[in-house]
Formats: sequence, C-alpha cells, structure tokens
Amino acid sequence: MEHWFLNIAHWLTSWLVSLGLAPVWAEVILLVGQWTCIVGIITLNVLVLIWLERKVAGFMQQRLGPNRLGPYGFFQTIADTLKLLTKEDIIPSQTDKLIFKIAPMFFIIVSVMLYAVLPMGQDMAVVNLNVGLFYFISVGSLSTICLLMAGWGSNNKWSLLGAMRSVAQMISYEIPLAFSLLGVVMISGSLNLSDIVQAQHNLWFILLQPVAFITFFIAATAELNRGPFDMPEAEQELTAGAFTEYSGMRWALFFLAEYTNLVAVSALAATLFLGGWQGPFLPSWLWIILKTYLIMMVFMWLKWTFPRIRMDHLMSLSWKVLIPISLVNIVLTGAGIEIFRWMGW
Amino acid sequence: MSDHAGLGVFILLTLLFPIAAMAGAWLFRPKPAATMEKMLPYECGVDTKGPTWIRFRVNFFLYALVFLAFDVETIFLFPWAVKFKSLGLFAFGEMLIFIFILALGLWYAWKEGALEWY
Repeated sequence: MEHWFLNIAHWLTSWLVSLGLAPVWAEVILLVGQWTCIVGIITLNVLVLIWLERKVAGFMQQRLGPNRLGPYGFFQTIADTLKLLTKEDIIPSQTDKLIFKIAPMFFIIVSVMLYAVLPMGQDMAVVNLNVGLFYFISVGSLSTICLLMAGWGSNNKWSLLGAMRSVAQMISYEIPLAFSLLGVVMISGSLNLSDIVQAQHNLWFILLQPVAFITFFIAATAELNRGPFDMPEAEQELTAGAFTEYSGMRWALFFLAEYTNLVAVSALAATLFLGGWQGPFLPSWLWIILKTYLIMMVFMWLKWTFPRIRMDHLMSLSWKVLIPISLVNIVLTGAGIEIFRWMGW
Repeated sequence: MSDHAGLGVFILLTLLFPIAAMAGAWLFRPKPAATMEKMLPYECGVDTKGPTWIRFRVNFFLYALVFLAFDVETIFLFPWAVKFKSLGLFAFGEMLIFIFILALGLWYAWKEGALEWY
C-alpha cells in the first residue's frame, strides 16, 4: 500500500522510455499526470470541504445544515456547483475590465502552485525543491495582490474597502507567519520540506516549538481570511468585500482558491509541526491526509466558535503581540540550541 | 530535469486550469443582453455617488512601510536559520544584534503611533 503511487509513477516512466521516448519527455508527461491528479483532487476535495464546513457549522449552532440532496445533504455542493456553472457572467460597465477578469484566474493559479512543493507522502513531492518552505511562503503571499486586483478592478466601494482591509491584514500577518517558521528551520537546518519531515523522525516539532505552532496557526488563519479574522469579506458590513461584483464562474474560482489555500496551509502545518507523512501502520500518504484534515477541522472549529474581531484589535494583535512573541521565540530557540550543543547532547 | 524546470512546467500547466474553467462556464452560461441597471456597481440598491478610486488614509502606507522593513528582515533571517547549527556562537551573537535593531525599529514605530488603527 505504501508504494502504490510511487510504483504507478515508476511503471509509467519506464513504459514511456521503453516506447523510445527521451527520459526528459517521460518526466514531463509524468508531471502532467501528477498535475492532473492534484487539480482533480483539489476540485473534488473542495466539494467535500464546503459540505463539511456547512455541516460542522450546523452542528455547532444546533441546526441541521444541508440535509435535502443525497445522504446527509452530501450532493448539495454538487448542485451548487452546477448552479454556479450556469450563471450569467456580469461585468459591470465601470470596472477596470482586464484586472477584473484576471484577478480570480490569478488567485487560483497562485493557490494551485502551492501544491508543487508539498510532500504528499514519502518521496511524493511533485518538485522536491531545496528552498521549498521559502517558495511556499513567497508564492502564498501573492494572493494578497489578487485580492487587491479584485477590489481595485471592481470599481465598487465595498470591494475597495474590503481589498484595502485584506491587504493591511495579510501583510501584517505575513511577518509572524514567516518568523514563526524560523524556529522550525533552525532546528531542522533545511528549507526542503521533505528534509524537515525527516528531521521530525523522533520528535514532532509541535513539542519542540509549541509557541511557534500557535503563532503560525493564528497568523495562518488571518492569511487565509478565515473567521474570526474574515474582515475582508465581512458580510454584515461589506456585503462580500472584494468579491462583491463577481458572479458565476469567476466567483466560484475565488471560492475554490480560498479552500485550495486552506488545504495547502493545513498540509504545511501538518508537514512542519505534526511530523508530515510519518506515522505507524498506515501508508504515508494516508497519514498526511489524516493530519491535514485534523488541522482543517480545527480551522473550522475556530471559525464557527469565535465572533469576528474588530479591525483595530486585529492589527494590534499582529504587531503588538504576535511579532514580539515570534521574535522572542527565535532568540529562545537559538539560545536553546546553543545550550544543548554546549552540554554536548 | 532540474527542480526549477519542473516548477516551470507546473506553472505552465496551472495557467491552463482557470482558462479551462472559464471556457467550461462559457459553454453553459446564458448570455442575455446587458441592461444599464444590471451593469451598475452593486451598492445594495442605492445608486453610487462620487468616484471610487480615491485616496486612502496614510495609515495603510505606514503599515506597508513597517511591513517592508520586516519582510526584508525575513529574507536575511532565513539563510541564517538554515545554517544556524554550523555557524556557531558568533553568528548567533550577530543575529541577536540584528534582531535587537529590528526590535528597536518596532518600538520606534509603536511609539510614533504607526501601529495604531484609527
């Protein structure tokens, strides 16, 4: 079971080479296959996730949630997707047309790009990049620009307010996010995500870096624009923030990208702090899925438990609490490593 | 194939995804003629007043400035963190000074009120 996917990949490459194809092209075709699998899994998984989120919200608020279509309302999201697919594409006349059109496309591209470096099992990263973690942070932060494009291009007051808020929020939380990961990098001595997983062979980093994990988790919630930090699309004050003018498939792309980001960041948290694909008995790819879902459940739990916090509280939480804490964490981690080395452990 | 070439192929493939999604939606969606009312900006039923693309308060700019300083700092800290174990005590001391200067900057921005949201 452990080597199912690796065997398929290996078999496909050797078969293509035996057909007389150059090894480079065989690798490219393998990459196309991997990409297709990733995009397929993302799209299907989002259908499940939206249903799950609505069900979880229902249970937390003592109501039923979707329950009409299929068993436990499981086909509700499929019906919603079909509805979105057949919706009219409205582009208001006052918008900046080019920016308005490419913003959702850019958003989904950025969020799918995150999956290129995630190790989805032992030796199962699509690209085993040596600066994988840095790549993840830098590509992940590009989604700020997409939201600003959406808000600015819409020429709508709700959209622009939402976009400005989300930019202010996301750049503020990017710093504690990056700083909290430094402790992990210092202990593992690598930016390669597979190496970081290997370094947790004996002890998960959540035990060595509990403060970093909590800082990372809070900052990631804000980066994902999820509740209680969903200021950019606060429904009660900004209708839908930067997404107000979008309809049909363009809106669906935004939604898809948000959930894609959620899965990617949860998988990153599992990789960095919960030992990644390591675990007993079950195959590695199943472990990473289980851990990712565990973290996503915590994200949903947080979203439906806490009310949205105020904008000024949001900003001061990042600048006056999380950044000082994560800086102290870096210094303490460094001191800890030096002391351990001095004592000869 | 090098890692970065693989990444390049991945980007090229990913460009196809939203294009395919939009093309799929184009096949299914109705395309009625645009009316004047439908193409107005949505403001919950009230007609919009004045331009939207206006100046924003200086607060956003201050946050962006402080962010820029910290983000550059992050780029310096990452290579140091990777090589932390092999660099020894001297590099740790150097970085302590670096972080201290940064903390000083944060304190100054805090004192001057750049971190307040009005």
